[in-house]
Amino acid sequence: MTATAPTRSRGPVYEGSRIPYPIPTVLKTPADIEATGDVMMVNFGPNHPSTHGVLRLIVDLYGEDVTGLAAVIGYLHTGFEKNMEHKTWWKAIPYAPRMDYVSYQNNEYVFVGAVEKLLDLEIPPKAVWMRTLLLELNRIHSHLVWIGTSALELGAISMFWYAFREREQILDLFELVAGYRMHTRYFQVGGLAEDIPRGFYPEARKFCDWMPNAIDDYETLLTRNKIWLERTEGIGLLSIDDAIALGQSGPVLRGSGVDWDVRKAEPYLAYHQVDFRVPSFPEGDVYARYRVHMAEMRESVRIVEQCLDRLEHMEGEPWIADDRKVVLPPREELHTSMESLIHHFKIVTEGFRVPEGEVYFAIESPRGELGCYVCSDGGPKPWRVKFRAPSFVALQATATCMTDALIADMIAIVGSLDTVMGEVDR
Amino acid sequence: MSEFDALPGLVDQLERHRETTLVVELVSLVDAALHLRDEAGFNFLSDLTAIDYLGWGEKEVSGYIGTAAGRDLNMPMTQGYQVVPLPKPKRFALNYHLLSVSDRPRRIRLQTWADEGEPVPTVIRVWPTADWHEREQFDLMGIVFDGHPNLQRILLDDDWDGHPLRKDYPLGGEPVRFSGEA
Repeated sequence: MTATAPTRSRGPVYEGSRIPYPIPTVLKTPADIEATGDVMMVNFGPNHPSTHGVLRLIVDLYGEDVTGLAAVIGYLHTGFEKNMEHKTWWKAIPYAPRMDYVSYQNNEYVFVGAVEKLLDLEIPPKAVWMRTLLLELNRIHSHLVWIGTSALELGAISMFWYAFREREQILDLFELVAGYRMHTRYFQVGGLAEDIPRGFYPEARKFCDWMPNAIDDYETLLTRNKIWLERTEGIGLLSIDDAIALGQSGPVLRGSGVDWDVRKAEPYLAYHQVDFRVPSFPEGDVYARYRVHMAEMRESVRIVEQCLDRLEHMEGEPWIADDRKVVLPPREELHTSMESLIHHFKIVTEGFRVPEGEVYFAIESPRGELGCYVCSDGGPKPWRVKFRAPSFVALQATATCMTDALIADMIAIVGSLDTVMGEVDR
Repeated sequence: MSEFDALPGLVDQLERHRETTLVVELVSLVDAALHLRDEAGFNFLSDLTAIDYLGWGEKEVSGYIGTAAGRDLNMPMTQGYQVVPLPKPKRFALNYHLLSVSDRPRRIRLQTWADEGEPVPTVIRVWPTADWHEREQFDLMGIVFDGHPNLQRILLDDDWDGHPLRKDYPLGGEPVRFSGEA
């Protein structure tokens, strides 16, 4: 798993690399092809149904061959990070899930987790297990949206309806827990915003019993489907060294044969206490990435079941830390306790303070390593917030994956990198 | 004694919040990056973050509500500190969050400091993934990366004025392009 020896000044990063030179993210049309005068420059996107949002690709076509490619991003830039600097710590939380509107709970957790790391705050076990459960449900949700839309783009329309059938069940579970189907804002600094509602566990169990059958359905539709195989096998190749050099993570890296998962390498929440496998496939093509997604959904269902086993015995336990400097006091105390009222007032109006310092906190989101850097000056607002968006990094691999590709493969390749443009542009 | 003593241009090694930060001289950034990649196994650049420390620690100390000019209605909170934070050596800090994708996973923060307009050497030859990360920090923070082959704005328009994540760039209130134009 080690990268080959470097060259320090000129030439490609290392021997055998397919990463374009000198700009790693821009594929240039070779001069001899350019000289034929038959190269056509096509603007793909930003408004195109298969760009997963507003991605613009400037593509040089020589017949059906893609000879040059440059990705243009920024159409969804909304300045989340700047806005968060002007909100108190806990009012900044709702910004995070809106970056990646498909795996929102992961984004929400990475920010909350970073603040907790800076505060050195301990979370009650019930919140730890519930967070783990929701992150895994969210992972299944994200993979379902991915497989539904990516297969749709390659012509497998029925896949979309199957995937969105189960997605609906997950959204119902989120609604049951938090009252919202998306952007739940259920994670609070210190734990959960509210207790887990009665009736959630049986519903979640029902889903866990059903989901493996649904994944079987998907696999029946695609895994040995001749059209699907021809569109995905050997397409969009990315080697181990290239993937690591380009900072790829998540299913893209595991589809290139590295069994790297932040949940295993640096366990957070309850991941060191649950049993799960990290699937990886060595082929490095679109099909391998598809297989990783499928296998991961099965593992996630297993994790959700293990979380339910624990949570069902935690009735009545606290769901949020008892630190009055950070956590809102229970509502009923406000009528009887002056101190609680003061704490409530201070936290709501001024916000809690986070000690001076900086941390980087990374988790395994459905798209790969999702990191959050927060810097505090000791005041009630963040000094700087920065998200390491896995989609942003994944898009850098388009030029490498697209080497020697056909125009039709482009859709499959961009889809397989599983990007969400909201997170790319932030 | 630590394993990073041989790091080129090492200024300081800090252990805070269960994280290791290695502060290096700006001129030896690329040498330090190569050393960390090839000797210490940090083959993966997770993230690059630039921070603007303009005005760091200049707000009033906590508990002081209002100013001589009265309370600012747009900022109804006590904005101050309980402890005034330590001063910083230069205006901008650059944090390279490195990761070792191997059987022995670990993380490290490589930190260097730059003043306004001071060019920072690019690490694109060390970790190609730095390409867009550096373009983003150029775009939003105005850090100039020396030797970057394609240093253009990435998230904002090419003709955008200013660098929004700088502390002297206001939140909102930017000129509206088409309104009132003849």
